Amino acid sequence: MKRIYMDHAATTPVRPEVLEAMLPYFSSEFGNPSSVYSWGRAARKALDSARDQVAALLGASAGEIIFTSGGSEGANLAIKGVAWADQNRGKHIITSAIEHHAVLDTVLWLEKQGFEVTILPVDEYGLVSPAQVEQALRPDTILVSIMHANNEVGTIQPISEIGAIVRKHGAKFHTDAVQTAGVLDLNVDALNVDLLSISAHKFYGPKGVGALYVRKGVRLNPLIHGGGQEKRRRAGTENVAGIVGLAKAFALAQSERAEENARLTKLRDRLIDGLSRIPHTRINGHLEQRLPNNVNVCFEFIEGESMLLNLDLRGIAASSGSACTSGSLDPSHVLLAMGLPHEIAHGSLRLTLGRENTEEDVDFVLQELPGIVERLRAMSPLYKG
Amino acid sequence: MYSDKVMDHFTNPRNVGEIPDADGVGEVGNARCGDIMKMWIKVENNVITDIKFKTFGCGAAIATSSMITELAIGKTVEEAEQITNQQVADALEGLPPLKMHCSNLAAEALGAAIADYRKKTATTA
Repeated sequence: MKRIYMDHAATTPVRPEVLEAMLPYFSSEFGNPSSVYSWGRAARKALDSARDQVAALLGASAGEIIFTSGGSEGANLAIKGVAWADQNRGKHIITSAIEHHAVLDTVLWLEKQGFEVTILPVDEYGLVSPAQVEQALRPDTILVSIMHANNEVGTIQPISEIGAIVRKHGAKFHTDAVQTAGVLDLNVDALNVDLLSISAHKFYGPKGVGALYVRKGVRLNPLIHGGGQEKRRRAGTENVAGIVGLAKAFALAQSERAEENARLTKLRDRLIDGLSRIPHTRINGHLEQRLPNNVNVCFEFIEGESMLLNLDLRGIAASSGSACTSGSLDPSHVLLAMGLPHEIAHGSLRLTLGRENTEEDVDFVLQELPGIVERLRAMSPLYKG
Repeated sequence: MYSDKVMDHFTNPRNVGEIPDADGVGEVGNARCGDIMKMWIKVENNVITDIKFKTFGCGAAIATSSMITELAIGKTVEEAEQITNQQVADALEGLPPLKMHCSNLAAEALGAAIADYRKKTATTA
């Protein structure tokens, strides 16, 4: 059976060129970058070069890049790091209702430690309003964290505009750019951000490695103590192979993104157009300010996991915001924040396209899905035909 | 994550549908939590002769609904009433732990249909 992977927002395969770049650092060039002898120097050279490369892609300088274990650590380090370092200035933090749990749960944890938190609502398309950010800012606001693009519905936030407002008020601004690295321009000055986190495995790099940009002058308390690595902001022997892979994958993605985005946008719109023809279907997220690879729909009267199982039986990998797949009793917090009722949010399906997907793949999904939806509706007590 | 038996009942659910002249109808769950089961039973001489279901829910919800229809058919009302969610799960060769609570509602759905049947027969008697 042909298998079609359409869950690239979850993770992506490592590109062969990336794997090839990484391989020497597992074996012949295995040295610890902190060692003075030749093995160590070779690893240090690879690390420095990766850092330069990532910094250049972000329009930053090498000293502003901290390598992490991925997006969750990046968000934790950015948020807790600034909160702890700046808590004498104020204890107020602002974020949005549709953030990834790596941000949301971190902020809520800080709230339990005595910080004050404002969680901004979003509109029906999942957009955060810059005016609402401005209203929420207080003299004691130390940090604002708003994601660049949402991982579930693909809505792209007006980060540059929000960043300008936050800067005017003297707070620090973090954006979770895990879904936009390799897809959108991530120039940190154009985005007006002080901190920005990315994760390699979302752009055809390896899992377990990410990067956090921290603007020069931003104070940050480390999460991990125990060594002088990453300018004392992240102890631990560097994941050299992973970091080399991250830099390579990021460079490839950024250099190809214009062409690839155009291709993916065509496929995405073909998919959205086809799925819209299924009755009682709604497209979630913003139609224009949307990631080029994201499709998120709700099919009313049916539940997401049963849809995923049926798709899997036909070789199609996708995801859903239903409670069963969110690991809690509630469906996607993103869809609920956008105002969708619970029963409809349970019937959401996310298809995220990637490099290996073709028009034939899209057409295969469009051929299989209507039957699955129809069959599940036929056994749903909510569906009256 | 699901057993072969669960996948069998999920992909080929038994007794899906409605019984227009059912002797008892029961519905449990709610759309908020993502699982609704509705069950129709036909009872002759105190024996369940026909049973049908419709379910909105995940794979486990559909499989447990299907399984209980097989367990209940041909049983007396009293026997059918004794079927537990655990027995349904066992007959399916187990369910993932998370699903034991949220989607294993079939015994409640059947119980609701039987309660409805009792109410109807009590008023007609």
